[in-house]
Amino acid sequence: MLNVALPKGRLGEKVYAMFEKAGFECPSIRENNRKLIFENPEKQVRYFWVKPSDVAIYVERGAADIGIAGKDILLEYQPEVYELLDLGLGKCRMAVAAPVGFYDDGERTLRVATKFPHIAANHYARIGREIDIIKLNGSIELAPILGLSNVIVDIVETGTTLQENNLAVVENIVPISARLIANKAAFHFNHIQIEEILDALKKQVDSND
Amino acid sequence: MDENVLKREEKAVFGLRSLYRKYGYLPYKMSKFEEYEYYIRNKDFLTSDRIITFNDTNGKLLALKPDVTLSIIKNGGDAPGCKQKVYYNENIYRVSGSTGQYREIMQAGLECIGDIDLYDIYETVSLAAQSLQLISEDFVIQISHLGVLAAVLDRISGDQKFRQSAIAYIAEKNAHDLSRLCREYGIGAEESRILSGFVTIYGNREWVLDQLEALCGSWAEESLAQLKALSKMLDKTEFNPKILFDFSVVNNMNYYNGIVFKGFLNGICDGILAGGQYDKLMQKLQRKAGAIGFAIYLDLLEQLPGNRAEYDVDVLLLYNEETDFSCVSRQVERLIAEGKNVYAQKQIPPKLRCRQIVRLGKDGAEC
Repeated sequence: MLNVALPKGRLGEKVYAMFEKAGFECPSIRENNRKLIFENPEKQVRYFWVKPSDVAIYVERGAADIGIAGKDILLEYQPEVYELLDLGLGKCRMAVAAPVGFYDDGERTLRVATKFPHIAANHYARIGREIDIIKLNGSIELAPILGLSNVIVDIVETGTTLQENNLAVVENIVPISARLIANKAAFHFNHIQIEEILDALKKQVDSND
Repeated sequence: MDENVLKREEKAVFGLRSLYRKYGYLPYKMSKFEEYEYYIRNKDFLTSDRIITFNDTNGKLLALKPDVTLSIIKNGGDAPGCKQKVYYNENIYRVSGSTGQYREIMQAGLECIGDIDLYDIYETVSLAAQSLQLISEDFVIQISHLGVLAAVLDRISGDQKFRQSAIAYIAEKNAHDLSRLCREYGIGAEESRILSGFVTIYGNREWVLDQLEALCGSWAEESLAQLKALSKMLDKTEFNPKILFDFSVVNNMNYYNGIVFKGFLNGICDGILAGGQYDKLMQKLQRKAGAIGFAIYLDLLEQLPGNRAEYDVDVLLLYNEETDFSCVSRQVERLIAEGKNVYAQKQIPPKLRCRQIVRLGKDGAEC
């Protein structure tokens, strides 16, 4: 039985639809109930919904054999997993944003507010800029407006929230999308089933391109 | 001796020791501490540069061992023409990647140091397989060859950033980001296809060799010939189908060269065995010899499902202040002779799970 961790929310539902189309359906998942785990013994597959940021942990620790995680989470936590496919869903970008007209003269330590301290630290280390990271858990856009930080490093989808708060993207760091990941050990012992799923999902991704 | 009292990792240690002795490996015992400076000079070889340190009585900064291989190399001497073969079973202290906390890790392994030839490589891989087989029949060993990868990368690009990223993507089996990287660096379509082959070609050794031969045979002739010869020797072993080729096994190429491998046991979420040939590390440490070895992380065996005991003891023997103590002793011995384990107490301890409670009266008889 292959354990699949799906991210709760709209992205997870889209991903499940892809698994369904790939022939790994589990009708009970569509029922309106409070169950946490959904199983289709015939297809040898078991799904469960988890918080999107926890998918990589479930997979890395082997509680799930495969799962779907955002590239942002993979870059931030760097779990020891295989990254098998870019599903092309949930496309956005990790970017540096600042108040419109902001200019970094490089004379002072740059204060960076973010939910992704590791990604931010790596980005500025690459360009050799000294920074002070302010780790926040939400409403990141507020930080430069109230003077808590000079810039933010965050996920930007359409840029509307930034625009409405008089912020603008200064620099793109990396494109983000949903990825199919696999536990390294589980991959070696279940590779036939995982490859079957991978091939079927890949066909869907290629046809969408 | 009753082997049932041994934990799985303790049984494994005995089994491994006996296996390695059969092949002439000698035990290697080392100090728990090493000079901190030695590790810092070679910190890239370690999985983390966070090391537990303390001051010796003379003020020298010492470290609790985060690694065994470095100590073995440091303390050995070169003997041209000879090989030093040692095995060990040591606790090491490292930071856990997931929790960021220090952990004590029970590690067993072996090192073969000297003029490494194909037989040594075969013997090391074979012993790695036999080590896992001692623990469970359900195992897999993935072998890669850094010489093949290095030769292909040499042909494609000399850019260190490109090479590092490409290797990281191959280790992740991440074909999509590898293609994107090749596009970013203007790598040609043919070279990009060859590099992607290292993600998609894995599994049965013969099939992998055929594919690689067709893909990049002329680029890495020497290394592929070594892989072929090793594969042929492994064909004759009982664990032949469990040893596969997979280029996602990538160790630090500044230290490792040639064969590298990783072992997995079904039921354990991480690789339990890791090893490879590390001639480059030997050169960095001014040793003239080559070396190959592997380590097994025995603490991971806890993850294997096992038969948990239903009870803590078979018999809880309850006596009181008035009971004759010699009668208590006689009853304990009698029950042990019946093959039971006995816990003599005056009161029932909280949370104790016992199969049977026996109460002794004043005269020592059951009541």
